[in-house]
Amino acid sequence: MFCLTPVLAVLLTLAAGVVLFAALRKPPLEALSLIFVAPLTTLRGLAELTVKATPLILIAIGLAAGFRAGIWNIGAEGQFTVGALTGGSVALAFYPATGWWLLPLMALAGIAGGAAWGAIPALLRTRFNANEILVSLMLTYVAVLLLGSLVHGPLRDPDGLNFPESRLFQTAMPLIISGTRAHVGFVVALLAALVAWVLLEWHLIGFQIKVLGQAPRAASFGGFSERRLVWLCFLVSGGCAGLAGLFEAAGPVGQLVPQLPAGYGFTAIIVAFLGRLHPAGIVLAGLLMALTYIGGETAQISMSLPSAATAVFQGLFLFFLLACDVLVTYRLRWMWRTANGDRKLVVSPPIRHSPLAIRPLRD
Amino acid sequence: MDLLVNIVIGAMIAATPLLLAATGELVTERAGVLNLGVEGMMIVGAIAGFSAMIATRSIPLALLAAMGAGAVMAALFGILVLTLRASQVASGLALTMFGLGLSALWGQGYSGLSAPAFPHLHIPGLTDLPLIGKLLFGHDLLVYLSLAMVALVAWVLQGTHIGLILRAVGENHDAAHAIGYPVIACRYLAAMFGGAMAGLGGAYLSLVVTPLWVERMTAGRGWIALALVVFAAWRPWRALLGAYLFGGITVLQLHSQALGLKIDAQLLAMLPYLATIAVLVLISRDTMRQRLNAPACLGKPFHATA
Repeated sequence: MFCLTPVLAVLLTLAAGVVLFAALRKPPLEALSLIFVAPLTTLRGLAELTVKATPLILIAIGLAAGFRAGIWNIGAEGQFTVGALTGGSVALAFYPATGWWLLPLMALAGIAGGAAWGAIPALLRTRFNANEILVSLMLTYVAVLLLGSLVHGPLRDPDGLNFPESRLFQTAMPLIISGTRAHVGFVVALLAALVAWVLLEWHLIGFQIKVLGQAPRAASFGGFSERRLVWLCFLVSGGCAGLAGLFEAAGPVGQLVPQLPAGYGFTAIIVAFLGRLHPAGIVLAGLLMALTYIGGETAQISMSLPSAATAVFQGLFLFFLLACDVLVTYRLRWMWRTANGDRKLVVSPPIRHSPLAIRPLRD
Repeated sequence: MDLLVNIVIGAMIAATPLLLAATGELVTERAGVLNLGVEGMMIVGAIAGFSAMIATRSIPLALLAAMGAGAVMAALFGILVLTLRASQVASGLALTMFGLGLSALWGQGYSGLSAPAFPHLHIPGLTDLPLIGKLLFGHDLLVYLSLAMVALVAWVLQGTHIGLILRAVGENHDAAHAIGYPVIACRYLAAMFGGAMAGLGGAYLSLVVTPLWVERMTAGRGWIALALVVFAAWRPWRALLGAYLFGGITVLQLHSQALGLKIDAQLLAMLPYLATIAVLVLISRDTMRQRLNAPACLGKPFHATA
């Protein structure tokens, strides 16, 4: 069930998609094949898949650690933006220099920027007990406004026509498939997933994170420092998001523009859940969500499907995913004898994932 | 003096959507349900109200549509977290994402249209009084409604049997269940009340404040409303104070040019968000008091064992 429910959620979303397309008066099956199959049939489509999947996987990997521990970093979009901003600023500071050293430096600056932005909610949560969900989310709005303000002002291209955008970077991400936009960031994202897998499944840190998430009291009896884990999760997820932001700025975009934050930080939350907070699952989930982005764009052009339909899809997806989780945590069964003699569907108490399982009802 | 009156009126207008949404969420949370989808419910309420207004040109129908849409969204949330017992945090996020997408899809044909003017209270004699006339008797009807709702919620929570049941469900759902109160039904109703109020708050934005439909027009107000509930320590009258404080900050940003401040507009636009963070830090600092104020069963799933 644990691995089956995401598949079930995908099927339910597809079914909802058929209804949605029919309601928009588009041929449903044609639209679905356009979204989910067409991009996979061309090299360009596959390359674009990796381009979109890179930020999703990278951010979701970072978020998954926190979500496992019940530490909710919702502001990855902000950390993504700040990472792009700090990494991009390095590129602009050394303009027009090029060299092998520049890209790693930009990447480091991106990681540092994202981690620093993530450190704010970590500090406020550990020091002042402020809710990290609200703080990290508010910081997203601040980060997007900061980016807008800077590309309107100090970072604006001096040779541009007063457009709110920076100079084009002189250093771009090395490509992995020439002639496409697929860049080396995808490899980095896969490596990050591998490292996360090892750490989360086999390292003590991964164990501490799991215990804190599933049984906070046990974690405190075990002497695991919640404070330390909050810091760790926010720095790691912030750093990952910052790196993803820099990859986006230095890769497909090539400069700093106000519309750089395009919602990857929020979609990555869906990716993390869809991948069951497991690195391998996240890689698959990231590719699948990337497919909806590219397919959505294709359908937008060739069928004039509204772009908002993709967002509805993604929202529905998370809904179904969470709804299907009832099959993981509970056992559904028909109860024949209830107090008033009616037959009814009963959700019986937890069968896994709960340290405090209550005995099931008598049949 | 006129500038001051304008600032106060502007602050009240900016505060009203926050107040409506926060009052609703406060009731939801007092029943023990943490619905992080306020932003999603607000934005769906905004487009539902706006499209109903365009279609029918009737204010009551538009407001009802907004409240209905918000309540339906909250019911969806209820199915997820109350019936299927999914994580409340994750489901709230899902509700926000779904609401943002749905509203964008729904609102496609509505950009560029503008809603008819919203009626303002006008009592001959009283409204024409200098200064306080416009301040006390010249607002649109929803401003008065939001104030009335605060009073109503405060009274129901503290002074009625219904409020007692609601608080019992939020403070200790096992005990409430043992006494025979319908915990799940009570939470559904509280969540749907919260949804309806959030929808109304959203409609206030699209019908009164702008009055236009713009994608993502709530711009984080749903999240600020959530922070306001924490600020208010789950008490309605303090939510009123908080909302008006925030309204003031928002308006100060608009009037800063008139006051002669030369700060980048985008930096000023950060103010409400930064203020939210500052307020959260100040309020939450005292861990013990925070724990005493919050409903004890907030965010915890309920499962009937007998």
